[in-house]
Amino acid sequence: MLGLLLAVAVVVPVLNLAVPEGHPLHVSTYTVTLLGKYLTYALLAVAVDLVWGYLGILSLGHGAFFALGGYAMGMYLMRQIGDRGVYGDPVLPDFMVFLDWQALPWFWHGFDMFWLAALMVVLVPGALAFVFGWLAFRSRVTGVYLSIITQALTYALMLAFFRNEMGFGGNNGLTDFKDMLGFNLQADSTRVGLFVASAVALALGYLACRWIVTSKLGRVAVAIRDAEARTRFIGYRVDRVKVAIWTFSAMLAGIAGALYVPQVGIINPGEFSPLNSIELVVWVAVGGRATLYGAVIGAIVVNYGKTYFTGAFPEAWLFALGGLFVLVTLFLPQGIAGLFRQLKRRRSGAAAQSAAA
Amino acid sequence: MRNPLPLWSTISRRKSFVLAAALTVGLSGGLAHAEEEGEATEAAGDETIKVGVLHSLSGTMAISETTLKDTMLMLIEQQNEKGGLLGKQLEPVVVDPASDWPLFAEKARELLDQEKVAAVFGCWTSVSRKSVLPVFEELNGLLFYPVQYEGEESSRNVFYTGAAPNQQAIPAVDYLKDELGVERWVLAGTDYVYPRTTNKILEAYLKQNGVADEDIMINYTPFGHSDWQSIVADIKQFGSEGKKTAVVSTINGDANVPFYKELGNQGISAEDIPVVAFSVGEEELSGIDTKPLVGHLAAWNYFMSVPTDENDAFIETWHTFIEDEDRVTNDPMEAHKIGFDLWVKAVEKAGSTDPDAVIDAIVGLETKNLTGGTAKMLPNHHITKPVLIGEIQEDGQFAVVWQTDEEVPGDAWSDYLEGSKDLKGDWTDPVNCGNYNTKTEECLGAEAAE
Amino acid sequence: MLVCGMAWGQSAPELTLEQSAIGAVSDEQSAPMQPSVLTDAAAESGASASAEAALQPEAAGARDTEATMSGTTDRTAAAAASANDSAGAVSGAEVPATAQEQQPPASSQAAGAEAPTPDEAVGTDSAGDAAAVASGPEPPSLAAALAKLTDRSFKVKEQAAADIAASGDPRAAEFLKALLEGDLYYRRDDNRIVYAERTSGGWALTDALTGDDLGSVGSRDARKITINNRMRSALRTDIAALTLASPDPAQRLSAAKEMMGDVDDTGVAALRAQLAQEEDPQVRDAIELALAVAGLQAESPAERMAAVQALGTSLYPEARNALDDLIGTEQDPAVLAAAEAARADMAQRVKNMRRLETVFFGLSLGSVLVLAAIGLAITFGVMGVINMAHGELIMIGAYTTYLVQLAMPNAIDWSLFVAIPAAFLVAGLFGVAIERGVIRFLYGRPLETLLATFGLSLILQQLVRTTISAQNVIVENPSWMSGSLQLNPALSLTFNRLYIFVFALLVFVALLLVLKRTALGLQVRAVSQNRAMARAMGVRSARVDALTFGLGAGIAGVAGVALSQLTNVGPNMGQAYIIDSFMVVVFGGVGNLWGTLVGGLTLGVANKFMEPWTGAVLAKILVLVFIILFIQWRPRGLFPQRGRAAEG
Repeated sequence: MLGLLLAVAVVVPVLNLAVPEGHPLHVSTYTVTLLGKYLTYALLAVAVDLVWGYLGILSLGHGAFFALGGYAMGMYLMRQIGDRGVYGDPVLPDFMVFLDWQALPWFWHGFDMFWLAALMVVLVPGALAFVFGWLAFRSRVTGVYLSIITQALTYALMLAFFRNEMGFGGNNGLTDFKDMLGFNLQADSTRVGLFVASAVALALGYLACRWIVTSKLGRVAVAIRDAEARTRFIGYRVDRVKVAIWTFSAMLAGIAGALYVPQVGIINPGEFSPLNSIELVVWVAVGGRATLYGAVIGAIVVNYGKTYFTGAFPEAWLFALGGLFVLVTLFLPQGIAGLFRQLKRRRSGAAAQSAAA
Repeated sequence: MRNPLPLWSTISRRKSFVLAAALTVGLSGGLAHAEEEGEATEAAGDETIKVGVLHSLSGTMAISETTLKDTMLMLIEQQNEKGGLLGKQLEPVVVDPASDWPLFAEKARELLDQEKVAAVFGCWTSVSRKSVLPVFEELNGLLFYPVQYEGEESSRNVFYTGAAPNQQAIPAVDYLKDELGVERWVLAGTDYVYPRTTNKILEAYLKQNGVADEDIMINYTPFGHSDWQSIVADIKQFGSEGKKTAVVSTINGDANVPFYKELGNQGISAEDIPVVAFSVGEEELSGIDTKPLVGHLAAWNYFMSVPTDENDAFIETWHTFIEDEDRVTNDPMEAHKIGFDLWVKAVEKAGSTDPDAVIDAIVGLETKNLTGGTAKMLPNHHITKPVLIGEIQEDGQFAVVWQTDEEVPGDAWSDYLEGSKDLKGDWTDPVNCGNYNTKTEECLGAEAAE
Repeated sequence: MLVCGMAWGQSAPELTLEQSAIGAVSDEQSAPMQPSVLTDAAAESGASASAEAALQPEAAGARDTEATMSGTTDRTAAAAASANDSAGAVSGAEVPATAQEQQPPASSQAAGAEAPTPDEAVGTDSAGDAAAVASGPEPPSLAAALAKLTDRSFKVKEQAAADIAASGDPRAAEFLKALLEGDLYYRRDDNRIVYAERTSGGWALTDALTGDDLGSVGSRDARKITINNRMRSALRTDIAALTLASPDPAQRLSAAKEMMGDVDDTGVAALRAQLAQEEDPQVRDAIELALAVAGLQAESPAERMAAVQALGTSLYPEARNALDDLIGTEQDPAVLAAAEAARADMAQRVKNMRRLETVFFGLSLGSVLVLAAIGLAITFGVMGVINMAHGELIMIGAYTTYLVQLAMPNAIDWSLFVAIPAAFLVAGLFGVAIERGVIRFLYGRPLETLLATFGLSLILQQLVRTTISAQNVIVENPSWMSGSLQLNPALSLTFNRLYIFVFALLVFVALLLVLKRTALGLQVRAVSQNRAMARAMGVRSARVDALTFGLGAGIAGVAGVALSQLTNVGPNMGQAYIIDSFMVVVFGGVGNLWGTLVGGLTLGVANKFMEPWTGAVLAKILVLVFIILFIQWRPRGLFPQRGRAAEG
């Protein structure tokens, strides 16, 4: 999995930059950006799988952490525009100028520094997840109740970010980014750079999650997933384990969001929409729950399908997407990863039979 | 909850690698294949000129945008019957951005980068336009945007064939103020950038005209707001204080039906408190029981009921194309027709579909609009439009009660906003700038840096 | 005409033109833009005002203003029409075909105005009557006035309406009402004014004046006489004046209200006369108030004092405004003090009414939430299925209403009574199909049901888009659902909300009875508490599951019927309710119908009480935050399920 990821991270940029356009092996910048987007989705899916697959928390609000990370990055990118906005204001982003704001709101200060923005990408979702988790897990909110209140969380945030008074650009969100760390965002090399960064982030995120799930912490987490009360009676501090993993997962989602925004060029409150969060749970389900690589596969397959169908059969793609969800839950309860396992088992079964014969 | 899955997959890591690799390679193969297809059609594309159609066919905006997709298909078919363009046939490329704003950017990139379309007709919401704008500027594409919007923008690569605020909002307020004697104003809108900006402009305009602060009530509601009881009660209270009151509504799409129903049910008729709306047209009315709306107003640049020969012909073609006599036509459809005509003329004038040539050729071109006037492409990439005010009739049509004598030129930068009153857009030499400060005589923003 | 006269008088015509021209011209391209009013005004003041002044001296002033105020699409038509007016006044003739597209210039038309050909009935009538008009200050003829209604210019039509009102003909009110309600048409070939009724191939016409049956014509051969806002307002006042003595108390009431704050001496006399014989208390009230408001302008302080006292307890906004005016100008200290006291008293009473109103709004919003959520309380609460397609089942109910109305276009008033059972059945069948086809394979895996039903919701949405339309569809409100119950002038409860509140309670009670009092309910509860045990006792759990899910889905469908009366019916409508529904169920406590009821109503009222302080958006956010915190405090909602089943 990792090897493949790294291979892709090397091959794709080479094919994009070194192979001339028109050559059959050339990978266009469009494809690079698209793949980069898929990789950030994959990272998000890994984050969801960590809490859902291994901790048993079905989060219907992970899109919120993703979007918060995205907004933190978006704010940095907005500040980088400087006086190149349409009104030429050196400090205020365009949307503030035409809403007639005189000064930068306090929470926008410091976002012109990359290190602070990068810190906020992790800290803001992390802090929200910590407070939310601390409250919820200590009160032993579980199961569907927890799912529904995570949904309430992202819904409330969506409504809040839609408000123009919030100072995040309302419905239009943040857009029209120019450059990042001095690199022009529209240059092919920057796009490739972002793609590589996404691949590396996914690899690191994947490694970190694998380390967690194979460590003792991960085993406790699985125990909580399968029998929470029993684990508690044995003496584990269930709420602490949950808060720790939950917060870590939110931070990962934040990083995914931060890498997503410069590649798609816009962040707006639509990312908080509860439907988005449900959709990303579906990626994990399609890929195979409780297998980290399954989450990656699911995110890529579903999004590739979405890209393909919206182009090829614009009017039928909801049928295809909806049908996919139903069929996967009914016939592939363990997702694509489960399918692999079944195939393998059948083959080894067949091998065993032929060996016996 | 029990989980049927074992802790860690029984599959070996190497196996998983191979399987995942196979899958991913297959996937990239698919992408590459899609690319090849794109290139293949391009190679054969010497005979056709591709035209991109970027309208949501699913999701929340499908309600409005599907019609525009059909309009474009009709216009392209019509042009092909006339012999195409530059001796080539036009080929529509339809994609579905699914009311998902980042997907708009992705699809725009697909149209320009993969499909190599000559021009794109699309977008409805402001956010979708904002989302694709950097893509069009980066890849030097052409976007024709057909919907009334908040202004404050003039891009070299975008042609705004819908109304700017001075082509819709301000004339409407003038009508209410001068013709109906309105003295108190409720500015009600959905909380997003178009209503915000429009209301800011109107507020400044009203105050310049001597309306006191306490005679203006501003209210914002979320998208799809459905419970209007309190707000309508407030409007009723606000309007019961002796002065003639009107509501200027920038309420978006779906929220309108419950709003008008509530007005009707709380006994507020159009004679008591007229509502003038900027987002309610024939298409929206076709999904509404119009009884409670009769007499309320809308300001547009086109109405289906306008009795001109051009309009009759357009409606007839539309009905034949869509095979449904009951389908209505509306303002953004006319905008697409004008935009398409202007693009065709510009391509013919330039002799090529090259974006730079078209951008140079299109400014100053004129075409007939459907209301008996002409639409002219201005240097700021907006067009001239007449302003019509119509009253909603029971059959879902508008009776025009007022209109400007001549076309109003679209103003990209509002004169009533602090930040933009000195700005103008001009994409002809020597200015060549979308946001040129006439006071300091410099070009602001990104163009300045280049 | 009183209301209009005052409203029109408020802006001077010259100012009008300048302002609108300045306002709309941009700085970038200064193209001239003038409203077409300019030409109308010029033509009018030159051509017809003087002629009309000769005819009706007392109306000339008002007419002048009026002329400048009317907007029209077609300058030619307007100019022709105004020329026509003057021609009518001078020569006593009407030109029926004023609205033809290509008229000769106004001046030549005016000069060459001729009587119409004699074979046109209306034309002949009007020629004869108009001659009578010209000979003396007699009321205008009904027929002549009606003929003018076919004009394209709203100004001419408005004058025609005023003429009808002034004609003194007993049928005047009837015609004005027909005009107001859009029942008047004209035949295209001869401009005869008719009543038209839709038939399969076109229109069945009846002559408006004579009542003769004129047979049927094609759908494009009769046209509705369109009116604009200004005409509507004028018509209402005219009708009010004509119906103050109407036998119908409701009409008298609206007439009196229409006249409130806006009467002259003749109006006062009419009101006094009516008061003397009025028996209906509400109408008496309204008339007394109208008189009191007029009395505030009396010469003597004593009279004004009496008027203030009469107004003292009124909740009519006109009364408040009249008092405000009085307080601004009153010289007499005693009257002033009394007026101020009365005004403060009124303000307090209005405030109380507003508070009551807010409670009603809250309960109404809550009842909508309860309706939307109560089906979910069954599928989610009782069965443990997280049904993300719940919103789409609501949508199916609403579309069923639409289809029912399509099937019975002539009985919209009754359509809901058909739609409710129909929606229950259709949505219920969809529910059973979903349960049998998908959900039964997923019991014990509640979170997986979420994914599958989410997929189903996408499919159902797209299904509606492709089979019916991506556009919203029209669901009409029966007449009894429109309007409001006027408790007093400051407090009215809208009928649709009122009925839906009652309906929500009925659905709740019915559901409670089904669950508590029927064999099915017993089995449902048994299966939901302990499936294995229930099966051991002989309950066919598969059948019970299907029926329970069908019941929940059916209730969602019924909710869809109610919601179709409040909001849009379109493919997206389900999504708007799904999240709120989940919040209500979780807040109330899963598995408890009472929780859903109390939860929904509480959230509704809380939302509405916050809205004035915070605005609609923030109120909703605060409610969500409140739910999140509430769940921390009581993890199983308002009414938690007890016992071992709750641990599952």
